[in-house]
This record gives sequence, C-alpha cells and structure tokens, in this order.
Amino acid sequence: MKLISTNVSEDQHVPSTKAAGRRKFLAQTAGLLTIAAVADSCKKDKDNNNNGIDLGSGDIGILNYAYALEQLEAAFYTQVVASPFSGITDTEKKLLTDIRDHEIAHREFFKNALGSKAIVALEVNFAAINFASRDSVLGTAKAFEDLGVSAYNGAGKLITDPAYLLLAGKIVSVEARHAALIRDLISNGSFADNTVIDANGLDLAKAPKDVLMTASSFLKSKINANNLPTT
Amino acid sequence: MNIQQVITEIEKVDPEVYDRMNPRRKVIQQFAKLGGKLALSAVPLALGSMFSKAYGRGTNGTILEVLQYALTLEYLEAEFYTKAVASGIVPAGAPTGAFTTIRDHENAHVTFLKAAITASGGTPIAKPTFDFSAGNGSGNGPFKAVFTDYGLLLAVAQTFEDTGVRAYKGRAAELISNNDVLTAALQIHSVEARHAAHIRYMRRNFLSNTTIKPWITGKDTGGIGAAVQASYNGEDLAVQAGITITNINGMSISVDAATEAFDEPLTDTQVLAIVDPFIA
Repeated sequence: MKLISTNVSEDQHVPSTKAAGRRKFLAQTAGLLTIAAVADSCKKDKDNNNNGIDLGSGDIGILNYAYALEQLEAAFYTQVVASPFSGITDTEKKLLTDIRDHEIAHREFFKNALGSKAIVALEVNFAAINFASRDSVLGTAKAFEDLGVSAYNGAGKLITDPAYLLLAGKIVSVEARHAALIRDLISNGSFADNTVIDANGLDLAKAPKDVLMTASSFLKSKINANNLPTT
Repeated sequence: MNIQQVITEIEKVDPEVYDRMNPRRKVIQQFAKLGGKLALSAVPLALGSMFSKAYGRGTNGTILEVLQYALTLEYLEAEFYTKAVASGIVPAGAPTGAFTTIRDHENAHVTFLKAAITASGGTPIAKPTFDFSAGNGSGNGPFKAVFTDYGLLLAVAQTFEDTGVRAYKGRAAELISNNDVLTAALQIHSVEARHAAHIRYMRRNFLSNTTIKPWITGKDTGGIGAAVQASYNGEDLAVQAGITITNINGMSISVDAATEAFDEPLTDTQVLAIVDPFIA
C-alpha cells in the first residue's frame, strides 16, 4: 500500500519557515489520520458496480472528488483544442491550450498523488456540447470553471490534512483565473459578476453532492460520493 | 518597541525560545528592521503572528489574527481601487467598469472581515495610512505616478491582486479548525484570483503584450520588474508534493504550463515585507 502522505510530508516546497512545524505535525498527526482513511477506502475504491465508482472516504475521498472533476475538465479542453470551434482566434486558441495543459497537469497530479487509491479513468458524455460552436464551447467552459471553483471552495472545510488544503488552494486560484478569462471571452467585464459573487464579495462554495449533480450530466460513469465527509 | 528585549524577556522563562523560532531567527532580524516602519496597529499583529507560529496554532487567537491580517490587505486594496476610480485616468467603459467592480468587492471584503472579527470577539484594527507610491509615507516612492500613469496603475493593481491571492493561500491552513471562517477565506481567495486574471488580461491588451496571461508563468512579473519581484518569487515551482509536473506521466506539459497550473503561497512575513513600503 502506498501512503500518499509520504509524498506530501517530504514536500520540499512548503514555505521553509513553516516546513519544520508542518513536517512534525504531519509525522505525528496527519500520517495517522491518513492511514485510517486509506485503510477505510482500500476495500472498494475501484469497484464500479451498480452503486457507481466509490470516491472513498476522508481526505482520500476528497482528493478523488477533485481528481474526478479534473478528469472532466481535462477531457473537455482536450476536445476543444483538438477540434477548435469555427472562427477561433489565435489568442483564444493559445489561451485554451494553456488551460488544457493546466487541467491535464491537475488530473495527472491527483492520479499520481493518489497512487493505488485513485479512482478509475472516467467516461465522459459530451453529447450536449457542440464543439464547432464558440457559444456552446465557451458556455460549457464557463459552467465547468465556475463549478470547479465552487467545488474546491466547498470542499476545503472537508479536508483534515493542512498539506492537502494547501494543495487544493494552489489549484483553486488557477481555476478562478480560468473562470475569469473564459467569462471575459464571452463578455468582457463579466469575470466576477453578481451571478457568482454575492453582496459580501464572496465567490460560490458548493457541497460535493450539488457539484456532482451538475457534473453527472457530462459523465457516462456513475460517481458514488456516499462515503465523502459532509462536515 | 524593542523586539530583541521582548524575546530576551521570554528567554528568561523559556530558554528554548530561539529553538522554537528556528528557522525564524532570520525572520526576527528582518522583523526588527520592519517594526519601525510598520503602522503601529500592525506591529502587534505581526508580532503575534511570529509568536503564535512558534508556540502552536489553531487557537481562536490565531483565527482572529489571520482575519486582522486579511483586513489589513483588504484595506489596502479597497483604498487603492477607490483612489484609482476617482483618479480619472482609467478609461471610460470596460476599464472603469472593471475597476469599479473590483473596488466594490474589496470594500465588501473590508465590511465582511470587520463583522467577522467582531463576531469572533475581536476589535477590527484601524485602517493604516497608505502611500501608494511605495514611499513609506513620503509620497515620493517608485510608484509616485500611480494615479496619473494608467500603465503603472495596472501594474500596481496586478501586483496587489497576485500578492493577495498568495497571502490568503499562505494562511488558509491556520483556519482549518473553523469551517465557517475557512470557507469564507476561500471564497474571498478565489475572488482575488478572478480580479488578478482580469487585471492581467487588461494589461495584456493595454500593452499588446501576449506574454502577459491571466495566470502567472514562472516567476515572471509581466515586465513590471525588480520592484515587484518579491511578489512573484517562488511562483516557479514545477514540482508539487514531490511529484514532477513537467511532462508528467508522458503528457506534453511544458515547464511554463507546470508553473502556471499551481499558484503558490506567501508567508505573512513575506507579504508584510511586500506591503511595508505602501504603509506610511
């Protein structure tokens, strides 16, 4: 069994002023938590039975949840770049290719970080998307990016290991940058309009069940999030 | 305030104080230099941060202190955008629309954080006196044309937004014991990232410079230069949690893309050093 906490606790890239304390903390606490979470999720994580693909429990479940969303986004942008919509500009093509690469990097990062605990590759269903249409592609991209931001924002509190929380934080702000750009391509100035930002200046935060309800319409694979933490 | 004296006093009751702070000895020296220049209200804040890190975290005190830290940064941004919109140099139409949107968000963050601090039993710190020329109150710093030169205004805005994203990221883990505060901080964090992306896109178009993208490539300042390099140092990581992102699993992922795909945190000490010249 590969413990993914091994990778994280040896991370040389946490800010050096925090590294010592964090390593100690990980060694004493997070390792134990992760062992429990991994042991719990070992039994059935790759089963794809009638109940769907089990994301698992604890932090592993949340990482698999993120992995599932990144798989969806990476598959989408791979298709967008492979079959550009009609009238695509050079700028749009370059920026969408950047986004594709970022999403692939996220997907593969989670795959490797999860190791044997990773869920299987998901099958997507993009039948509702017209990849030849700019409106359809950018409209879907906007939905995915806003959904991704709200998913990470909502999942932060479900994470117990501060090192994983930091990793999620490193990714969510890049998703927010994507969301802003896609929105500006659709309508300049809509990068943070009141459909996503409330009167307190806060972005959306959504629970996994709500996010997966939206995501499921773009997935052939059925996801089982029943074992994810809810508080 | 004599920082060294404070530490010496603590040493009398806790001989291991230096060990606890290691590797923060350098930070302490840096802090002693900064102390004289920081707004008085920010000194206990920064000092409290240094000691709470040495002696453990997760207390309500820590959460309040992170909220005060966030409030300081939001005060800075709110006043900056208020002055920017009032300056008259932001072109009418989309640019003024964007600056107004961002200004309103930063003001909303100030109001929200003040309420959160009060609700947590604290008293919101007072707004420092800012000097957006980065002249420590002289008004004559390197950015003294910030409200007369639109290109410079965009450059400072970009730096504030990118720094803000990194600042929230750097302290999120300290909020892990309080779900509500953590979630709110994350919700502000992603708004700052949306702002950053838009300001960067505005700079890209204003300068006709396609190397400036909504995301941060390596530790590139986007042509702003050495004056803001500290806000970008450390953004060039291509390895995350021990996993090499460049060409990961045989995928064609460039070093640039690998660094863009992950934003990096800044510590409070790094952020306070960046912000210091903007405080009178």
